[in-house]
Amino acid sequence: MSYCKEEGKDQVIFASKDDMVLPSKAIINLEEDEEDQQPGLILANGDINWDCPCLGGMATGPCGTEFRSAFSCFHYSQAEPKGSDCYDAFLTMQQCMGQYPELYPPAKEQVSEELDQLASASATEDDLAQIPGETPQLQTSEEEKS
Amino acid sequence: MDRVHTLCRRTFALQNLKRIVAQTQVSRTPVVVQARCMGGHHTPDHWKPIKQVVKEQKNHMDFMPVPEGSWQESFNKTQQKRNLMLAAGALCFGITYTICLYKTGCLELHAYTDFSQFKYKTNGSNEGAASSSSEEVQEDNSNNNAAATPDKGQGDAGESGAAGGIEPDLKDLPEVPQHAQYLLIGAGTATFGAFRAIKSKDPTAKILVIGEESVVPYMRPPLSKELWFNDNKEEVDSLQFKQWNGKKRSIFYEPKEFFADPRTLNTLEKGGIALLTGRKVVKVDASKKKVWLASGETLTYDKCLIATGGKPRNIPVLAKADPEVQKRTVLFRNVEDFKSLDRMTQASESIAIVGGGFLGSELACALGKRGKDTGLRVYQLFPEKGNMGRVLPEYLSKWTTRKVENEGVTVLPNHTVSGASFKDGKVVIATKEGGSVCVDGVVAAVGLEPNIELAQASGLEVDPVNGGYLVNAELEARRDLWVAGDAACFYDMKLGRRRVEHHDHAVVSGRLAGENMTGAAKPYWHQSMFWSDLGPEVGYEAIGIVDSSLPTVAVFAKSTEQDTPKAVVEKTGESLRSETENTASPAPLRTPPPSSPLDSEDYGKGIVFYLNKSKVVVGILLWNTFNKMSIARQVLKDGAKNEDLYEVAKLFDIYDTQSEQSAAGES
Repeated sequence: MSYCKEEGKDQVIFASKDDMVLPSKAIINLEEDEEDQQPGLILANGDINWDCPCLGGMATGPCGTEFRSAFSCFHYSQAEPKGSDCYDAFLTMQQCMGQYPELYPPAKEQVSEELDQLASASATEDDLAQIPGETPQLQTSEEEKS
Repeated sequence: MDRVHTLCRRTFALQNLKRIVAQTQVSRTPVVVQARCMGGHHTPDHWKPIKQVVKEQKNHMDFMPVPEGSWQESFNKTQQKRNLMLAAGALCFGITYTICLYKTGCLELHAYTDFSQFKYKTNGSNEGAASSSSEEVQEDNSNNNAAATPDKGQGDAGESGAAGGIEPDLKDLPEVPQHAQYLLIGAGTATFGAFRAIKSKDPTAKILVIGEESVVPYMRPPLSKELWFNDNKEEVDSLQFKQWNGKKRSIFYEPKEFFADPRTLNTLEKGGIALLTGRKVVKVDASKKKVWLASGETLTYDKCLIATGGKPRNIPVLAKADPEVQKRTVLFRNVEDFKSLDRMTQASESIAIVGGGFLGSELACALGKRGKDTGLRVYQLFPEKGNMGRVLPEYLSKWTTRKVENEGVTVLPNHTVSGASFKDGKVVIATKEGGSVCVDGVVAAVGLEPNIELAQASGLEVDPVNGGYLVNAELEARRDLWVAGDAACFYDMKLGRRRVEHHDHAVVSGRLAGENMTGAAKPYWHQSMFWSDLGPEVGYEAIGIVDSSLPTVAVFAKSTEQDTPKAVVEKTGESLRSETENTASPAPLRTPPPSSPLDSEDYGKGIVFYLNKSKVVVGILLWNTFNKMSIARQVLKDGAKNEDLYEVAKLFDIYDTQSEQSAAGES
C-alpha cells in the first residue's frame, strides 16, 4: 500500500511495488532530442563521431590525424574484405605511434600481427579495437553491427 | 576765363618740353630718365654708358654658348647616368618589397617540414619495401618535430644539414609561443572537455593550455572518493584508483607524453595540444586578443577559453587562527591537498572536518572508514541540520547523517565554528552552541570561490549574485572569449542564470565551449548531472537545481541489495557515474507480474522532485536509483507542470521490474 506524509514543504510518498508497476499516466515525451542524445561511435548518418568518449585520446592525441585517416579508411572501405585497402593508412598510424612508446605501449608483435591480418584482408571491425596499443573501447552502434 | 586757363596750361607744357630737350642735349648720359627726373643736377662720375654695361655683363649674342662635340655622345652620357639611377631605385624597391612580403607572410621560404617530406617520398621510392624505410622515416619525422638530437640528423646527406639550417633550434624558441590558435587558460576538467571537442571538430588545431599546477590535467572526484578506498599504497602514490570492479585507472586524463612541447606547437603540421605548467595568466585583452602572463610574457590568440575553476574557501575563524592551527588545517582542492591530508591522517589520532556539503561529507565517510582500521577519530561539524543540508530535504538529510555516523564519524550538526585555538599540541575547535572538539588536524570544506582574478584587470563582467564570469547561453563572455566550468555564470535557457560546481558540469560546459570555439554557436542545452556516494549504502545522482530551500515531492521504495552505488558500478564497469548514463533506458509502460508488498518506510531508494514557485520541476534527485538519468533529463525538460508527480515517478521504475523481467526472460 502506498501512503503519503508531509514534512513542512516537503511531501513524501512511500509507494508499494504493486502501485508503482501500474502504467504511468504521465504524458512526458521520453524520446531524447538530437541535442541531448549522446551518440555512440557511429552517428545516425553513418559518419564517425570523433567526439565519442569511447575513443579515449586516440582521435585527439599526437597520432590523432593518422588514427582518423586509418579508421575512416576502414569505416568507409568498399573493398572486399573490408579494410584490405587501408594497409598504408594503418602503417602510417603505426609509425606515428612508434614515436610515442609511453603513450601507445608497444605491443609490437600484436600490432604487426594485426597488420598482417589486415594485409591478408581478414579483418573485421572488432579487430580494429585491438590495433592501437592502448586498446580503446570502440563501441559500434547497433545499426553498425547488424 | 576758360580760354585763358587753357592757354596758360599750354604755355606751361611747352616751356617744360623745351627744358627737357635742352637738358638731354647737355648730359648725353645713359641714365637719361634719371637725369630728366632729377632736373638740372649733374650725373655722378661712376655712372657708365649702357653699351659698356652690356659688354661687361656679357649680355649679348656674342656671349651665347656655342655647341661643341657630338650631340649623340653627350646625350648618351646623360642617359647612362639616369639609367643608373633608375636601376638603383628599382633594386632598392625590390628589396623592400620582398622584405615586406616575407614579413607579412605572403611569401613563404622553403619550410623544413616540406623539405623532409620530399625526402621521405624519395626514400620510400628508392628503397621500395616500406618496412625497411620505416626507421629512416621515423628518424626524419622526429627531425621534423625538432625533438631529435642534432647528431641523429647529421648521419644523413648534406641536405639534412641544409634543412637543419632553416629549422629553428629548440633552444632558440621561446618557452611561451607568441601566438596560440586556441588558448585554454586553466588545466582542469573543463579544459580537458574543451580540447577534446576542439580536436574532434578541427583535427589539426594547435591548442595551448596554460595551467598553474605543475601536473597534467586530472579529474578531482576520486580525490574525495575512490582514492581513499584503495588499499594499495603504491597505486595511491601514483594517483591511481581502483574502480569497484577492480579495474585500475589514473586520475590523469592523459599521460604527459600526450602533450606537445609549447615551443614547437606552432611548427607542428598536424597541430597538437601543448601544455604550459606552472604559469599564470594575469590579464586578457579581448579586443586585442592578447594575454599577459605573471612571468612577463605576452601572447596573442585566435580563440580563448577561461577555465580557471575555483579555490577553496576558508572560514575567518580558521584563517585568522594561531599559526600552529593554520599549520594543521587543510583546505581541500587539489592533488597536493589530497597528499597532505593523506599524510596527516596517517599520523593523527583525530581529525575534524568543518562543513557538511559534498566534499565535507564524502571526506568524512572516507576518513571514517579509514578510522575503523587505524583508530582515527573523525568529527564533522556544520551549521545545517544534517549532512548535505543545503541539497537534501531535511528528513532525508537527517537520515543521511545517521548513515554517515554508521561509517564511524561523530557528526555534530547545528554547530557553527566560533573559535580555534592551540593547546597542548592539539587544535581545539569551539562552536557557538558551546561544543568543542580536540583534534590533531582540521579540514575546511566550506565551499569554493570561483577564480575571477582575471576579471578586473581584463574588464570582464562578474555575476553579482552567483559569482563567476558572466557569460551568455553560448558561454561567451566577449567575442572569441569563452568561460567554462566552475568559473562560468552562464544563462541556462531552461533554468535561468546559474553557476554550477560539479565535475560533470566542467566536462559538459568545457565541451560546449570547445565546440563553440570551432564555430558551433550552440547554447547550453544538455543539462549536466552530479553524483555522490556516502558510504556503501547511500549513493545519489541529480540533475537541475537541487536546493533544499525548494518544495519537494518524493516517491520512495524499499532499498534492496542491488540499489547500492557499489552494485551499479560493478554492473556497468564504469568508474565515473556520469559515464554510465548511456546505458539508461526508459521504463516499460506495461503491467509486470504481481510482487511482494512494501515492508519498509526507509528512505532507501526513490526519486525526489524539486519544484519552483510555479510548480514546475526544476531539479531531480535519484536516490540510490541508478542508470535513470536520461529519463530524469526528459522530465526536467518537460517540467511536468500539470502532471501528478506520483505518476511521473512510475516512469523511473524504482522497483527495477524491467531488469527483473529481462533477467527472467534470459533464464
